[in-house]
Amino acid sequence: MSVIVLLTQLLNGVQLGVLLFLLSAGLTLVFGIMNFINLSHGSLYMLGAYFGAAAYTATGSFLLAVVAATGGSLLLGLIVERVALARLYAREHLDQVLATFGLILIFNEVARVTWGPSSVYIDVPGTLVGAVDLLGLSYPRYRLFIIGVGVAVAVALYLLIHRTRLGMLIRAGASVPTMVGALGVNLARLNALVFALGAALAGLAGLLAAPLMSVQPGMGEPILIVALVVIVTGGIGSIRGAFYGALIVGIVDTVGRAFLPELLRLMLSPSLARAAGPALASMLIYLVMAGVLALRPQGLFPVKHG
Amino acid sequence: MAATAILLALAAVPPLCAALAQPYYLTLFARVMILGLAAMGLNLVLGFGGLVSFGHAMYIGVGAYAVGILDAHGVTGGLFHLAAALAAGAALACFVGTVCLLTRGIAFIMITLAFAQMVFFLAVGLKEYGGDDGLSISARSAFGPLHLDDPTILYYAIFAVLLLTLLAGHRLVHSRFGMVLRGAKLNERRMAALGFPVRRYQLTAYVISALVCVLSGFLLANLTRFVSPAYMQWQVSGELIVMAVLGGTATVLGPLVGAAILLLIEEALAAFAMGLPVGVEEFVRDHRLGALGLLIVLAAVGMRRGVYGALAPSAH
Repeated sequence: MSVIVLLTQLLNGVQLGVLLFLLSAGLTLVFGIMNFINLSHGSLYMLGAYFGAAAYTATGSFLLAVVAATGGSLLLGLIVERVALARLYAREHLDQVLATFGLILIFNEVARVTWGPSSVYIDVPGTLVGAVDLLGLSYPRYRLFIIGVGVAVAVALYLLIHRTRLGMLIRAGASVPTMVGALGVNLARLNALVFALGAALAGLAGLLAAPLMSVQPGMGEPILIVALVVIVTGGIGSIRGAFYGALIVGIVDTVGRAFLPELLRLMLSPSLARAAGPALASMLIYLVMAGVLALRPQGLFPVKHG
Repeated sequence: MAATAILLALAAVPPLCAALAQPYYLTLFARVMILGLAAMGLNLVLGFGGLVSFGHAMYIGVGAYAVGILDAHGVTGGLFHLAAALAAGAALACFVGTVCLLTRGIAFIMITLAFAQMVFFLAVGLKEYGGDDGLSISARSAFGPLHLDDPTILYYAIFAVLLLTLLAGHRLVHSRFGMVLRGAKLNERRMAALGFPVRRYQLTAYVISALVCVLSGFLLANLTRFVSPAYMQWQVSGELIVMAVLGGTATVLGPLVGAAILLLIEEALAAFAMGLPVGVEEFVRDHRLGALGLLIVLAAVGMRRGVYGALAPSAH
């Protein structure tokens, strides 16, 4: 277990964390402001990947693919929010879970009808192929690119939320939505805007993940569950929480999978370690989340009220 | 009235299937009852306790794996299977329930999901018991003269468990215990102020509801003679919620109706044939999950009391 391997795995963890952050940012805002559970957020991630993959295959331009992925899921998010979900904001969580669970089934079939049941693959864009040398550590250029994009989005979101009028409304909406409405802000429009922003980020995450994994129906669900872990660990409604939560979950998951089996081998018999290692590594992030929730139910970085 | 009609209809399924020579429907309705049983169990915390658990599928898995693992070691005694399943389920539910009930609202939904995922990955990691691929069961649980290998006997055994659970559920919900539980759903703080140890009541309800799901998993393993981690995928937990809400969460029987609706519609769509042009029918059959999703969304947006809830008087 050399330092190089550890550093590589750490960077992989950061890269996964950044992807998770793009997905979680929208989810946590929708949770925090509308008090709404959107299980179908993963479907926007999936469809963003499909939109981007289709545009990339048709034009060969990754930039156009980014536009298609973000724009496509933004539009789709707006439509879904206005047509179905906006009616459910005032309802019980139960109805919200139910409706968005149904939406997952619908979107998966839409993807299957439109693009077929088999996986779609896209290549890493030409300029991002290969590896870069980071002080003696050779690391894939595309993964570094993902980290860069994610950090840029995080900074942009930070500025948006803390330095603009819109951000002020979002923060106020997360604390006391009724008061924001009473002050004359069009809450319906604010909600739609936040939802669409989250949808666009989910679509971007889907496209960025596409060259690393295959694009297929149902690809949004496993990562949605992990994104839920992220926002609950970080603190619901908090962008800062989503960012740190995503990094924690990404690193714990990646590093745990890489080293936990070896670590167990030092303590347990080889056969037991071989059996327990991968299972325990998969469980690790859920253990972290359950521990955080049990000890700090509001999450590690909750929204500050008042 | 509606309840009696539904139960009589379920009791009439085996002779009808025999008369029509359609053994497949016997299995289908056995599945309806088993999943309905699980949804009824979930509904004790979901509908009457107001606690949205998104992880009850893990208890189906516990019940099923108890049968599978004991069978793999050559233990076929049904009472052993049942005792092991219930003991493991009770221990797990006590621990998980204690931790989860520290939280409320969205956090409760998520932490129950997290525990279910942990148990799911644990089952995937059980390589000696099939891991991801699951495990075939060599023989059904043996209950002396009661031969579960006979499909009709198995069906009526499941029916009997369902009936007993319904009766027990009805009495529980209308007992003092049930009143406290429902009171806590409406206003937890007020119940606490009245001097009720609310969390202890909720934990008891959680464990009972988990044990009903364990029972359902035990029966499912005996029906299919197969267990796999797929029984406790998070989608199964979602489907249980769908069943409860679709049928009506304010009633004891509602979730069973919801399970019947969900499974029968899926079955009907899979065999969709209404004289439409060939391409259309095939399209519906291939993409039935999408149609089901549409139905679920419509039900969530448009329905407040569930199908059975609209028919029957509410328990409140």
